[in-house]
Amino acid sequence: MTNLHRSIGAAAVIPLAAVALALIFPNQQAFLAQIAITALVVLSLDLVVGFAGLATLGHAAMYGAGAYGAALYALHVWAEPLTGLIVGGLAGATIAFLSALMLMRSHGLTFLMMTVAITQILYEIVNKSRAVTGGDDGLYGIVMKPLLGVFEFDFYGRLAFWYAAVVLWLVFLLLRHIVASPFGLTVRAVRDDGDRVATLGGNIFGHRVALYTLSGAIAGLAGALSAQTVQVVGLHSLSVTFSADILVMLVMGGAGRLWGGLLGALVFMMIHHYAAEIDPVRWMLFVGAILVAIVLFLPKGLFGGLEALVNRLRGRAPA
Amino acid sequence: MFSLIASILIDGIAYGLVLFMVSVGLTVTLGLMRFVNLAHGTFAMIGGYAAATAITALGLPYGLALICAALAAGAIAYGLEIALIRRLYHRPELDQVLLTIGLVFMGIALSGMMFGNSLVPVRLPEFLRGATDLGFRQVPTQRFVPLVLGLATLIGIWLLFERTRFGIRLRATVDNPRAAGELGINTRHIYAAAFAIGAALAGLGGVAGAELLPVEPYYPLKYLVLFLAVVAVGGPGNMLGSFVAALLLGTVETAGKYLAPDFATIALYALMLLVLSWRPEGLFRRTSKT
Repeated sequence: MTNLHRSIGAAAVIPLAAVALALIFPNQQAFLAQIAITALVVLSLDLVVGFAGLATLGHAAMYGAGAYGAALYALHVWAEPLTGLIVGGLAGATIAFLSALMLMRSHGLTFLMMTVAITQILYEIVNKSRAVTGGDDGLYGIVMKPLLGVFEFDFYGRLAFWYAAVVLWLVFLLLRHIVASPFGLTVRAVRDDGDRVATLGGNIFGHRVALYTLSGAIAGLAGALSAQTVQVVGLHSLSVTFSADILVMLVMGGAGRLWGGLLGALVFMMIHHYAAEIDPVRWMLFVGAILVAIVLFLPKGLFGGLEALVNRLRGRAPA
Repeated sequence: MFSLIASILIDGIAYGLVLFMVSVGLTVTLGLMRFVNLAHGTFAMIGGYAAATAITALGLPYGLALICAALAAGAIAYGLEIALIRRLYHRPELDQVLLTIGLVFMGIALSGMMFGNSLVPVRLPEFLRGATDLGFRQVPTQRFVPLVLGLATLIGIWLLFERTRFGIRLRATVDNPRAAGELGINTRHIYAAAFAIGAALAGLGGVAGAELLPVEPYYPLKYLVLFLAVVAVGGPGNMLGSFVAALLLGTVETAGKYLAPDFATIALYALMLLVLSWRPEGLFRRTSKT
């Protein structure tokens, strides 16, 4: 199989999976839309955690900024979805860029703590600005105009799912391109050996700020999608808990691989959908045990595990 | 005005000393053993539950309950170190973060199953109930518990580190594990013991601070940032730094609660952000003696 065939095949996976899921779960399209949106934010997180190697518990800041930005835009300016999507992306990118200026000289625990601090400050500001953001009631009553002026958002979430799936697909294709570009390679080189990159004349700070801003823009897109399709935005979208959830998904799927993020979001959301209704306490026990088990036995996540399995079945040495 | 400042200082220092007791073990694991342990608050929670159980179910006096708390937290930590933690000393930080978040989730779920989801009070003995009159205001007598235990912890740790054979071995192990091992120091054992002692102190802190940070299943997650902030601001590995940072953060948050309750949390995080962007290694960088 040539490289061209291979990349066309890879590009077709998301549309095919979307069609398959829509056929298997015809009555759960709103939930499927949630999965696509979550996959998008996990993908953006992978840029920071997997490709830049920075553990963060503050990714919700950008997602929440996108969600609140798009919601306010729809409520007060114009309820057109696509421009709202751009507003959400810009909101996420702005927050990411501003925090990156502070964050990107640190790493490890300091970085982790600063991401938490930024998210908490944002959370508190939004919580206290009741007049604008609705405080802990959140923003509701968001009614979007038809997509492209033609397609109405329906009660069952059919349009929501296809809308989210297409955005996810386009972003995924873009990221595949970026990750393999010289920029993407430099970012990974910084992760593996920052000192060497600096010695070779690479601009570590600049690359990291650019990557973080890109990641923030995508997280903002996901937030905007969520605001437009769920029609409610709450404080949870800005919480450290949400940041931790998406980190768990990423690690479950496999950080550092775009497929890993998608797989993790899908599997986590599916299990959560069916298991958490039964017993939220046991759900936490389960997630905790999964995390411990993955770190100990499957450091490359589900996707890495699958890949190793396939390679073994084909009789190849593991890559 | 005077009484306001005095109130802020008394409550802030008591709060800061609780933070110090819980966090001092964390600064050892993070700074000296280079292990990012997000599950450290779990040990404080275990201490709280152990003391509450010892008093309510077994009828033990408060002093013995404190010892139970330290022993329970220390023993569980020792077991965890041998079974899980020591496998991760040489793994990337991200793996350590994830494993310990997993432990936090499991701790929350297990304590919820065992003790229920509501707050568990640690019943106080007669002489700690009620209030003490300081002339300008009444202070709950139990607020002196963290004061006494916190200062005792500070002195105890200093003695342990500077004056005992164990302290010398620990410092040697941290400065150069290989050389220490070649000199016949059992470094694995030293690490496990240090981890357990840190957890035992957190257990004490969990009991002493039960009034300010109530014991409940979500304890390790709720106050996680607070404990980590103390370590990050004080400079990982620097115990005196943690002490100062704990008092600083404790006082700032308390002052915020008195003066502008709506903005206490923002003030705390803003301070942390400022300190960390100004000095990423913390206020007091630990200078290695090598």
